[in-house]
Parts: sequence; C-alpha cells; structure tokens
Amino acid sequence: MSEANLTMDHGAGVMEERPFAIPSSKLVMWLFIISDACTFGAVLFAYGYIRNSAADWPLVFEAASIWNALLMTFILVTSSLTILLAVRAAQSDDRAATFRWTMITAAGGILFALLHIREWMSLISQGVRLFQNPWGAPMFGATFFSVTGLHMAHVIGGVVALIVVGVGYKTGRYATKHVEIWSLYWHFVDLVWMFVVPLIYLLNMKR
Amino acid sequence: MSTGNNGSMNTSYLAYAGILALAVIQVVVALTRGPSLGRMLILAGIQAYLAVMFFMHLRDEKPTLRIALIPATLFVLVMLNMVWADSFRLIHLRPFAK
Repeated sequence: MSEANLTMDHGAGVMEERPFAIPSSKLVMWLFIISDACTFGAVLFAYGYIRNSAADWPLVFEAASIWNALLMTFILVTSSLTILLAVRAAQSDDRAATFRWTMITAAGGILFALLHIREWMSLISQGVRLFQNPWGAPMFGATFFSVTGLHMAHVIGGVVALIVVGVGYKTGRYATKHVEIWSLYWHFVDLVWMFVVPLIYLLNMKR
Repeated sequence: MSTGNNGSMNTSYLAYAGILALAVIQVVVALTRGPSLGRMLILAGIQAYLAVMFFMHLRDEKPTLRIALIPATLFVLVMLNMVWADSFRLIHLRPFAK
C-alpha cells in the first residue's frame, strides 16, 4: 500500500481490529472504573488496618442507622435500574423517555446524598469529629467520613454528569453511547456501596 | 458496539431483585447472628458479581475485555491484604520483626 493510499483512508487498511470491540470512550470508562475500584479498595483496606489495630474501636450504629443504610441501598440499586431504562430508551432513540429516566436516576442520587448527609449530621451532633469521638478510637470519624465522603463525592459527581448527559441527549448534543458510558459509572457507584454497607455499617453496629 | 442492552430487560429485573434480596439478607443476618466479616463479604461479592455482569453487561462483552479488566483488579485487591500482618502486630504491641 502506497503512502498516498494510507493517507487517503487514514491508515484504516493497516489498522488492527479493535481488540475489545467497544468504542475507545467506553474502554476509557472501564479503565477509570477499575482504577477507581482499586482506590476504594485501598481506602477500605486502610480503614480495616486502622480498625484492626485499635483496641477500643467503637460500635456505634443503632438499628435506625442500619435500616437507613438499607433504605439508601434500595434507592441506589433502584436508580441503577432506572439508568438501565434510560439506556434502553436511548437505544430506541426515544429522547423524551431517555431524559425522563436519566432525571429520575439523578433524583435518586440526590435523595441518596440527602439521606447520607442526615446520617453525617446525626453522628456530628453526637460529637463525632475527624479525630475524636465520645466512644473510643479517635480515628473512627476519620475513617467513616473518608470512606463515605469519597463515595458521596462520586454520587454527587455522577448526579451532575447524569443531568448534563440527560439534558445534552435531549437537545441532541450527546449520543446514545454517552448515556451508556455514564450508566457504567453509575452502576459502579452502586457496586461500591454494596461493600461500604457491610464493612462500615454492619460491622460497626451496636451489639 | 456490544452493549447487551438490546435484549430483554428481564435479566436486569432479576438481577435487581437478587441484589435487593441479598441486601436484606445481609442486614437480617447481621442483626440476628451478628456481623461476620466472611459472610458479609461473600454476600457483597455476589451482589457485585450480579451488578457487573447484568447491570454493567460485562457478561455480553468480548471475553478479552473481561480478561483485561477482572484479573488485574483482583490482583491489586488481593495484594492489598498484606497489610493485615502489620495491623495485628500493632494491636498486640509487638515490636517490628528483626
């Protein structure tokens, strides 16, 4: 193949087939997700290390907090289902339905964040600070606020992204693949919460 | 583009019900039998598997993508387990090994 021909077809003739058969933007989101999974893993391991090495680790969560965490799980998992419905609507080129399901998902994220902030305020009102609390190991607050704060930052970031993509898809600025890619992110946020609940809430409940 | 979303939503609804049922089981087991780290992690692992395979549709992607993503992530997470020995050393107030 001559250099002229390579230029004409942008080198497509000598390019290899895409090994994963997905668009590069979707692959980038997958790579972000696995790196973020390692970040959350490291934060949870750090929490485990501190908890394990403290003799007086406080067990603070009462049944109300546990049921609140279960309600938050229900909201987040349901929002994962609604983003799937948004993706399905986008694949059918139904822009109104895509917008509606994306906004419902974002509303679920906002509700989740509000419930989480309520949980934070409850602990703060009981005297929990980053490096002190009334019950025991002073690092309890630092680990709790770090893990749940990192997750809540992801939820809030996801809500902003979903609103931008939902509005953009409705106005024709974004395509179906953008809704699909951000749905992957939203499912990941849901997945992380599945580990935060047992490790942070259930293991630290009052017995 | 392999999204896996073009088919029926039935598997997604089943995964949704399964994840929620496991979340309830997790809480009920923790409240009645006490939270065991092993039990909690097994249930969370099953929930994560359902989410990755049926919500994120990794099941419908090419096997090369699964091979590229999953072993590398698990390797990092398994290697992080090396911190436990030091955390047990701390709680028993043992000096560093010579």
